[in-house]
Amino acid sequence: METAPAVEQARAILAAGLAPALKRTDAPAYGVFPVYSPVELYRAAGLFPIGLMGAGGQIDIVHADARFQSFVCSIAKSSLELGLQKRLVGMEGVAFHSICDVARNLASVFKRNFPGMHIEYVHLPQNAAGPETEDYLVAEFRRILAGLERRLGHRADDAAVAAAIREYNEPRRLMRELYAIRAKEPERISSAEMFPLVRVGTILPPDEHARILESAKAEFLARKHRRMDRVKVIVEGAFCEQPPLGLIETLEGAGCYLVDDDFCAGWRWFSTDVPEGPDPVRQLARAWLERGRATSTRYNPDKPRHKDLVRRVRETGAQAVLFMPAKFCEPALFDYVIFRRELEKENIPHLLIEFEEKMWTFERTRGEVETFVESLLFD
Amino acid sequence: MAEYGTAVHEASRKAMSAWYDRLALAARTGAPSAYLMISGNCVEILRSFDIEPAFPEVNALQLAIRKQSLPLILKAEEIGYSSDNCAYVKADAGFTFGEGAPGAGKIPKPTFIVCNFVGCHVYIKWFEHCSEFLDVPLTMLDIPFLRSDRPSDEDIHYVVAQLKNLIASCEKATGKAFDIDRLREICALSAKAEAGWQRCKDLCKNSPSPMDAYFDAINLMGPINVLRGTQDAVDFFDVAVREYEALVKAKKGPIPQEKFRIVVEGPPPYPFYRQFRDLFAAWGAVAVQSTYSTVGGIWEFGFRHDPKRPLESIAEQMLMENLCNRSLLERYKQIRRYVEDWRADALVIHSVKSCRLFSAGQGDMRDYFANELGVPTLLVESDLEDPRYYAQAMMKNRIDAFFESLEHRKLLKKPQGRTTA
Ligand code: SF4
Ligand code: SF4
Repeated sequence: METAPAVEQARAILAAGLAPALKRTDAPAYGVFPVYSPVELYRAAGLFPIGLMGAGGQIDIVHADARFQSFVCSIAKSSLELGLQKRLVGMEGVAFHSICDVARNLASVFKRNFPGMHIEYVHLPQNAAGPETEDYLVAEFRRILAGLERRLGHRADDAAVAAAIREYNEPRRLMRELYAIRAKEPERISSAEMFPLVRVGTILPPDEHARILESAKAEFLARKHRRMDRVKVIVEGAFCEQPPLGLIETLEGAGCYLVDDDFCAGWRWFSTDVPEGPDPVRQLARAWLERGRATSTRYNPDKPRHKDLVRRVRETGAQAVLFMPAKFCEPALFDYVIFRRELEKENIPHLLIEFEEKMWTFERTRGEVETFVESLLFD
Repeated sequence: MAEYGTAVHEASRKAMSAWYDRLALAARTGAPSAYLMISGNCVEILRSFDIEPAFPEVNALQLAIRKQSLPLILKAEEIGYSSDNCAYVKADAGFTFGEGAPGAGKIPKPTFIVCNFVGCHVYIKWFEHCSEFLDVPLTMLDIPFLRSDRPSDEDIHYVVAQLKNLIASCEKATGKAFDIDRLREICALSAKAEAGWQRCKDLCKNSPSPMDAYFDAINLMGPINVLRGTQDAVDFFDVAVREYEALVKAKKGPIPQEKFRIVVEGPPPYPFYRQFRDLFAAWGAVAVQSTYSTVGGIWEFGFRHDPKRPLESIAEQMLMENLCNRSLLERYKQIRRYVEDWRADALVIHSVKSCRLFSAGQGDMRDYFANELGVPTLLVESDLEDPRYYAQAMMKNRIDAFFESLEHRKLLKKPQGRTTA
């Protein structure tokens, strides 16, 4: 299968790394650490939100090891290393979120080491949606906006937030469509193509991202395809640190069709468009509470993650789940216990594969996945 | 006077075993009980309904200190926990979800679980797992992390609203109506114990310090975090204050001669508590302050539960008056204040693999204290629960080398007339 030109374009943009992204628009870039961030607010304040998602295998860790111990995930260290190597110059600041204790402390380390940056820590609720939770989140979003207004010296009004919601709804809708197509006809879109298409959105303005996704969609729909003898799987656990492309290629090469995954989960957070309407900040807060993903970094008794995983398995017709947590990622590793228990109750096969962003040999993983796939195919 | 610290230790042991007895009784009779976390807890509310609090963290601590944790950790790893997960959780999970656990039946199956999510994200997972494995309902209290000097009005409002929901759950679980006057009385008892806590910590500003505010603080931490809001806790702190005041008068401390005053950051290696302590005692090093002792609450700077504003003050303690819900930079400030006001010679950071809340970024902390503030700083690594990460010989080498050089520095400094005593 020929790689679609839109995918080539996405890959080229990603290969160029963060440096050009920092200068891509006139608006100053604002870093967002995973998982979810209310990018609309930064956009409304006149910033260009871009993902600060580690460095993959692109740089050596020279300084960050002295700040964070060996048992801390790679994304935290390599994101810090980018700063310590002065590769984030031009980034106005970074937003971190209540996802785990590492990200929380990382926000402090950024604040101390890069005093010129606007470091924000966003506390996203770890609870069910309810009137007080919604009011809290609205206040939190307003607090962030007010902080940016003070920093940048101009207003970010509701109209600007509403416009930003409209802008980001576009690529999010297209990503949902592509995921739906892949779930139904995985032979039409390979995951090694899907991944760069999604990931590139973390360093592009939403309209440019939407254009790439549009053309990718057209290319995929025009494609001739043939289904192969592969196992349909859901990949779960890679919502924060991102796997290397080589690992995704390995999964496919070993005989899997990925019918769903949680790569760049925060950038595809919502199950529908964020509604337009009066009080856009409240619309965004409400959407976060009611239309957000079930992810390991969010406790939501209304939508337990393990139940949602089973639901997605049933809906996509997946035959198995591949747990793919980043090494040392506590939220993902803890969830494995509950996921595994639930899947075993439901008789859904699963396999655990740990990864690191800087991983570069995949032979062992390939062997494990091949054995797993064979056991399913010849069951 | 009797031997050093006997009265405090005895009083703490007695008060805590009375609590264990109440838990065992609840296990037998099914009297209402609830799981709760230590950090910034809201035990006052449970107490106002006579719901006995059980703390899985205390269970994990006990297992470690009795050297029973490893087989339980391994058992937890069999059911899917990773070698990189917090071992506090794993030891408790191995105990609670496993069969034939030592001491089983002494801790009740809780009527419900109250997850006070105060800073530590692992708390959420731990209690979700308890809820799932034990099939017990869970109430989550989402406490916004302290993002500036003080919580905003909205933060307080949000937490108070959740506390009211908790009160409704307690009413449902016990069939009792909420009595705000009872809660006020309990908060008044809390405030008395908190004053005792502050006094004990303040007494450590003396030289010699009457207690080791790291290793001995554990005697104080049980009563303040678990028994807060009871007369038992108030009585305990009366004993503690009396004994430490007498020791100050007699110029006595936990070791024969206090040579170094240190501040310790990070939890202790419970499976090797004694050995670790001895490495410092050998150098005449006494902890005059510690951050670990403030995971539940920071009372030494004056915070008190307020009977006039019971719910608001409970919310304030959860939001800002405990170590866990504050940022690493706030912790730097706390340690700095300790070093200055308690006149410490050095900072010792014990970095534990399990607890990323404490340890992630401690290398930066060392850089700040050693290089920016010029405070001699030692960083050593092991774990608070998993014995596999503690290496006695290496630990001894590091600690010896550090105090050797500290001694040398002290000798050099003395002629200029600066002493730390
Ligand atoms: S990879 Fe996991 S542990 Fe690391 S920052 Fe992300 S969520 Fe936290
Ligand atoms: S991470 Fe630390 S604070 Fe949290 S449960 Fe583990 S030991 Fe306790």
